[in-house]
Formats: sequence, structure tokens, C-alpha cells
Amino acid sequence: MGEILQFLLSGLTSGAIYALIALGFTIIYNATEVINFAQGEFVMLGAMFMATFCAHGLPIPLAFTLAVALTALAGILVERLTIYPARNASPITLIIITIGLSILIKGLAMFMWGKNPLPVPSFIGEKPLRIGGATVVPQSILILAMAVIAVWAMEIFFQKTLTGKAMRACAANRLAARLLGIRVEPLVLLSFALSAALSALAGVIISPITFATYDMGTMLGLKGFSAAVLGGLTSSTGSVLGGFILGILESLAAGYLSSAYKDAAAFIILVLMLLLKPEGLFGKKEIKKL
Amino acid sequence: MKNHYFALTLLAGVLLGIGLFNKNDYYFNVLNILLLKGLIVVGLSLLMGYAGQVSLGHAAFYGLGAYTSGILTAKYGWSPLSALLAAQGVTLLAALIIGIPALRLKGHYLAMATLGFGVIVYVIFKEMIDLTGGPSGLVGIPPLELLGHTFLESRQYFFLFALILVLAILFALHLAHSPFGRALLALHDSEAATMALGYDTGRLKLIVFLISAALAGLAGSLYAHFAMFISPTSFTFLHSVKFVTMVVIGGVASLWGALLGAALLSVLPEILTVFEDYDVLVFGTILVAIMIFLPEGLFKGLGNLFYRLKKCKN
Repeated sequence: MGEILQFLLSGLTSGAIYALIALGFTIIYNATEVINFAQGEFVMLGAMFMATFCAHGLPIPLAFTLAVALTALAGILVERLTIYPARNASPITLIIITIGLSILIKGLAMFMWGKNPLPVPSFIGEKPLRIGGATVVPQSILILAMAVIAVWAMEIFFQKTLTGKAMRACAANRLAARLLGIRVEPLVLLSFALSAALSALAGVIISPITFATYDMGTMLGLKGFSAAVLGGLTSSTGSVLGGFILGILESLAAGYLSSAYKDAAAFIILVLMLLLKPEGLFGKKEIKKL
Repeated sequence: MKNHYFALTLLAGVLLGIGLFNKNDYYFNVLNILLLKGLIVVGLSLLMGYAGQVSLGHAAFYGLGAYTSGILTAKYGWSPLSALLAAQGVTLLAALIIGIPALRLKGHYLAMATLGFGVIVYVIFKEMIDLTGGPSGLVGIPPLELLGHTFLESRQYFFLFALILVLAILFALHLAHSPFGRALLALHDSEAATMALGYDTGRLKLIVFLISAALAGLAGSLYAHFAMFISPTSFTFLHSVKFVTMVVIGGVASLWGALLGAALLSVLPEILTVFEDYDVLVFGTILVAIMIFLPEGLFKGLGNLFYRLKKCKN
């Protein structure tokens, strides 16, 4: 019993991270129909900024805020400098641009911070807690709590605020939204900022456990993408649930089947999902079978 | 078609010239890898330019070819030719399993499915240590042996690879200009219209996908024998991405553009080694810049640029 609880808890922790990244994918995809392969690099940037500010002795809440805000700024820069000038290009060109960006940002990070992992202090102590036979570090609980708060805040933003509603309108039908007088360009910019901030948050809160390294973003980004596809790519609820499902299944597979193939588990789930139910768990049924 | 034959003859002539007059083994090694990349890119260009589908897992097919050939010859003593045929079988089977369900659907489902497939295959290469040698790689792959001739020098491999590439281009050009190729082009423009003409579009796409996977597998088998050592790091997601980038940089709709892209992206890292660790930085910048300023690719983009400059002068 303790064993399965242990796997579930560690699955929930990584699931929370995947959920935040997947939500980032969904927000950009809904605004621009671009699959942003540089998403993982926002996670890395968040963690790197956090490590730098902590090393300079800034208090954790301040370092946290600065890291997320700076990454959001990076998201805005990315949109203005690369996506906006090429907005009329084909989707595949835009996807290649984001892949190029991911290589570029990773290269910049290596240039600025070097190849060694940077430590980040734990936010709330190191003493492990015991929950019903399972052991958890306090940071795990914090990750879970912060992810849930962030997801909940996003949901309120999308459902209750005018800007959030405008973003949903754009996602549903861009032309119709324009006709109603919604200006699309600032919303695209906002979606990049939000998406980068959410990913940065994921990077910041995971960094005390995994350390911050320049190449940590690639795998996290790909897994977040798998989670987003699992949830249907267009649905924010779906991508968050997809993230948690992916995290838990991955942790169970690593525990009961083989830890060596842990990294493959997420992608086996992705491929199976595409073969069996390609619209995802919560996606719109707009996929046409031929 | 006449222009294509001319270009192909020119390419064959240049390759023959290099093969006869080059004395430097290092150049042969770089060029051999380039020729194999060319083989992969020819297939990928058919898939992307004609069928309008993207594969983000072609490094996995390349790797399946390499590892099947490598394992069967190094560990089970198969002859290189029979191992190569078996590798083709494995690659095609994998492509069928991924392609049949993914190509039934509209949109970029093949891209997502091949992405997942690529990572899974990479993890298998890395973790199935008994068979693949794991992260430290598979050693002891014998050199290629065809019709009683053993390939030992880089120059011999160069001639073989060049011949195979020229044949592959010839095949791809004929395919593209056959009724089958025209049906594919129609499919690229409008799937509904092509279906209305009575074509089974899912099958068309699947055939092209199989051809491109088989070419990548062939390149992998040849690579294993040429390098005599393979490790998982040659078959990562980043490599799949690089293959797609080669095709897109050159220009999706053109076979020659794709080959230009392959040449550029293979030679660029060799030049960029002067930047040492910062080569990725330059590589990323060039990639993003080309995509923003010449979204139709270098081949067409530079052509348009020349045209405009000429107009300015007049």
C-alpha cells in the first residue's frame, strides 16, 4: 500500500509540472495554431533565472517573481521578433521557427550559464514528510499546491475576465472575434507571455529537486506536449488532466515495469492515444476521418 | 524533366570528379555522411513536398536500419546484404504500424505520431543494452561486402553512396513526374478534389511514407557498415528535426532545394567548429533567420531575390 502511494505521489508531482507545460502549449496553440517546440526552453529559463537570483542572495519570493516575470518577457520578445514577422507563413514554417528558437535559446543558456547543473535551495525546508507509508519532500507538496493554484487562476481568468473571454473567442473563431471588434494581435502577445510564465513557474518550482541545467527543457517540453495531445491540444482542462494522467502513468510504469524505460512511457501513451482516440480525451471532435 | 536530367548529370559529373581527384580522406568522410543525409532527404522531400505530410521521426528509421544491420552482422554473423534486406523489412514494418492509423486522419497527426515513435525507438536503442550495446554504442560491425567485394577505403564507399544517391534521385524524379506523382501533387493542394477524382488518398500518402522510411533505413544500414560503430546519440529527436529542417530550408516543394539544404546543414557544422561550443547558437540563429526572411526556402527565395535585384537595376 505504501509503495503504490509513493508512486502516486511522485506521479502527481511530475504530473503537476507536465500539466503546467501542457497548459502553456494549449494557450499558444489556441491563439496561433502554432505548436511551440520552444516551450521547454521557457521551463529551463525559469529554472536558470531562479538559480541565478538565489545564488545572488535574493529572498525566494522575490527571486521567484523576477524569474517568472523575466521569462514572460522572453515570451513576448520571442513572439515579436520571430512569430509576428512570419505570421503569414505556413504552419510548418512556424513550427520550424520554434524549433530553431529552441536550439538558439538552449545555446544562449549554455553560453550564459555553462553546462554544469546549478543548485536551487528548497523553498520550505528539506525534512521529508511521511504520509501513510510514503515519504515525500515538502517541495513536492508545494509543487502540487502551486500548480493547482496556477491552473485555477488561469481558469478564472479565462471564464470571468473580459480579456480571458476575448482569448477564448479568438480560439473558437478568429475572424468572428475580429468582427466583434476584438483586436487579435495584443491577445497573441498576451498568450505568449502567459504561456511562458506558466512554463517558467514549472521550471522554478521543480528546480530545487532537479537542479537547473541548460538542456533540461527538451525532455520536459516534449512530455508537456504529449500531455497536451493527450488532453486534446485545444482544451485547457484536458491538457491539465492530461499532464496529471501522464505523470501518474509514467511513475507507475517506472515503478512496476522498468525504470530504464521511464522516458519512453510518456511517448508510448502519446502514440497509443493518437492511434486509438486522436482527438484526445477532451478535444473538439473536428478531426475528420477520410 | 529535361532540366532535371541536366542537373542530375551535372551532379553525377561533379561527384565523379571529386571521387577521382580528391586525395583527402577527411573530405571523403564528410562527403559520405552528406551523401547518406541526401538519401534521407530525398525521401523526406517526397513526403513533405508532394504528400504534404511531416515526419518528426526519420532519425528513428535511419537508426532502425543502422541497428538492424549492425546487430545482425556483428552479433549473429549475417552477411551485410542479407542484413540490409532484413533492415529494410524492419523499417517498413515499423512505418506500416505508425503510418496506417496516422494517415487515415487529416492534419498533422503523422508528425505527432512519428515524434513519439522517434523518442521510443531512441530509448530502446539506449536501454536494450544486451542487444544494442546501450549508450556506449555497438562495436564490431564488419565493413560492407557486396558481390564478393569488400569495401575498405572511404573512396570506395564514396563511389557506392554517390551511385545510390543518383539512382534514388532518378527514381524520385520519375515518381514525381508520373501519374502517381501528379496525384500526390493534387493531394497536396486539395485532398477532397483528389478523392473526388477517385484516388484513395490515404493509400497514396502511405506509399510515399513507406518509400521515405525505406530510404532512411537504407541510409542507416549503409552508415552502420561505413562507420563500423553506431551509438544512440546519432538517432535523437534533434536529428529528426535536422532532417526536416534540411528539407524546409532548401524549399519544401523542390528535391534540389532539399539536397541544397542537406549540403548546407551538413557542411555548416564543420565550418562552425571554429566557434566551438557556440556553434549551436549560430546554427539556431541561421535557421530562424532563413525561416523568417525566406519562408519558401533558400532555393526559391534566393531565385526571387536575384529576380528582384535584376528588376531594380533595369
